[in-house]
Amino acid sequence: MGTISWRWFHLLASPPYVFRLAGQLGPWLAAATVVTLAAGTYGGLVLAPPDYLQGDGFRIIYVHVPSAYIGLMAYVLMASAAACGFIWRIKLAHAVAVSAAPVGASFTFLALVTGAVWGKPMWGTYWQWADARLVSELVLLFLYLGYMLLRAAFDDRDKGDRISAILAAVGVVNVPIIHFSVEWWSTLHQGPTISRLDAPAITMDMLAPLLIMIAGFTLCFAWLVLRRLQAEILEREARTRWVEQLVTQGAV
Amino acid sequence: MAAPALSPAGLRVDRVQKNAILSVANLEIARGGRPLFDGLAFALAPTQLAVVTGANGSGKTTLLRTLAGLQVPTAGAILVNGIPVRQIARDLVTPIAFQGHLEGLNQDLTVAENMHFYRRLWGGDLPIAALAQELRLDEYLERKVRHLSAGQKRRTALGCLRLRPATLWLLDEPLTNLDQLGVDLVTAWLQAHLSSGGVAVVATHQAERLALRAHFAVEL
Amino acid sequence: MASFTSVFARDLKIAIRRWSELATPLIFFVIIASLFPFALSPDVAVLRSAGTGILWIAALLSSLLALDGLFRTDMEDGSMEQLILSPASLGLLVFAKICAHWVVSALPLIVLAPLLALSFYLPVDALPTLIFALALATPTLSALAAIGAALTVSLRTGGGLIGLLVLPLTAPVLIFGTRATDMAVHGEPVLGPLYLLGALAAFCLALGPLAASAALRVSVE
Repeated sequence: MGTISWRWFHLLASPPYVFRLAGQLGPWLAAATVVTLAAGTYGGLVLAPPDYLQGDGFRIIYVHVPSAYIGLMAYVLMASAAACGFIWRIKLAHAVAVSAAPVGASFTFLALVTGAVWGKPMWGTYWQWADARLVSELVLLFLYLGYMLLRAAFDDRDKGDRISAILAAVGVVNVPIIHFSVEWWSTLHQGPTISRLDAPAITMDMLAPLLIMIAGFTLCFAWLVLRRLQAEILEREARTRWVEQLVTQGAV
Repeated sequence: MAAPALSPAGLRVDRVQKNAILSVANLEIARGGRPLFDGLAFALAPTQLAVVTGANGSGKTTLLRTLAGLQVPTAGAILVNGIPVRQIARDLVTPIAFQGHLEGLNQDLTVAENMHFYRRLWGGDLPIAALAQELRLDEYLERKVRHLSAGQKRRTALGCLRLRPATLWLLDEPLTNLDQLGVDLVTAWLQAHLSSGGVAVVATHQAERLALRAHFAVEL
Repeated sequence: MASFTSVFARDLKIAIRRWSELATPLIFFVIIASLFPFALSPDVAVLRSAGTGILWIAALLSSLLALDGLFRTDMEDGSMEQLILSPASLGLLVFAKICAHWVVSALPLIVLAPLLALSFYLPVDALPTLIFALALATPTLSALAAIGAALTVSLRTGGGLIGLLVLPLTAPVLIFGTRATDMAVHGEPVLGPLYLLGALAAFCLALGPLAASAALRVSVE
């Protein structure tokens, strides 16, 4: 048992193996993404009944909530991968973190945009500072940007990986603190006309498409990250024999 | 990975000697992604000295910094008193004193203040006045480091080295900017350090000025 | 303990000898605060309602500026290598540096802040709370700024990046600090936010030096 799990661990730290694995999983993830998203979209747009308060406007939660969830989950994943890379000096873990960051940032941005679109009919404005969740997501976006910019500022890739890993760890510890304090702050200043971006009282036929969409977004995230990971691996291993072989074979 | 592996002269078998203070096994070092050398192995028992020579850019500084634990080698092990160098518990007396290219002196503090700081931080007990006299710095004790000449700064740094009790000395180009008196002083200190059971690794391209017999010669 | 006091005393001495570098963040503090009446309006009601926020933002930015060069000199002259190799734990030494810089940069700020608060027509009764809140918040700001300084110390142009990295993390301090001050202005009890500020300070001072030391060890390679 011990030898099996060690071998698996070693394989996961081996760039050629992961590269091939990512290539193999890619098409399946893409297909699963399309199917799940199609099912969820259909369920959300057609099957779910309109909300008695918000009418059809609430349907944007089928994009907003999954994006927000992925944005947060991606940050935790990124910080965990970076921490693994830092502690055990596994370069591939850093590659995972670096690949996940822009994807997570994009989903967070999507959450902000869909949040604004959702808010317009309710608040009359595209942005509402009093909404704790939106503001927390904005801070999360800043944390992502900080990580990506810090890494980009280093010429030495190895140093850049490890320094930004420390930043990611500091960020992930602070995310709950920031979220709590922003929540607390928004409850202090909430006027009677502001309503929060809560999902409306939710029934099963509204919930089911939401869960499917979350699953679909997760698959999409995994697919995007694996694609980026492949590119990242190629760039980092550009001068090794196995990459040169792939190039001469025309596989890349 | 196309760079040729440079095998240092004077290689010893990588069997770890029982009483070795510093053991190096299978050391491979790279800088900026390019390998400098690999397969370096030697061990220093008390009173032994290793001298590292090589052209500029051959990796002497990188080697010394790696031995100090400031950098991580690509492969291999470095043990100080049997413990991997990067895991040494910070006891009251650190076994390592490292003196690199940078002096480690704050420019806005005086010579005396810098020396007192290092002595206090390392828990040493050498009297500073006598030390300053040996270094011919007694008139400069109250002068800020900023206003010293290069040679005086180097002597101050060496004084701070002396104030750090350690069994392993790692010296990177210690003779830079020193006149003959200074060189003699460094030689005498090294001799005393080795005789009392310490070990040292000295990187220099002026090996002939250092009138000491090296037990290991590492040529990069 | 000797290691803490030796680094604390050394950094204090150095900072005082470079007193012109201490003056800059303080003047910056006053200038930022002074620009707001131009940007908003000199109207008493406007400044009184915005005064708390203006003060805290100015204090935040000033703290960041003050600790920007916390590790740079030591990195450049080789002292950082020696600190890393010393018998003491690097986290403790970093903590000592943060303490020394807090004394020379935050204490004057805490003295200046009430004067600026009065200029923004805030009531005198709120001043003790303001001072206390700043005394609790500035250690957190120092710890966070130290993390930023350590992360960017090996970059050639680290200055602007520190702000981007550290400012989002200071949101909680800003929220609780301004809340405490506002409550004092309105005569309400302020213990809640002050406790939270204290908790944040304890948390950041315990973990901040660890993160900073990890970053310093990587930077020195």
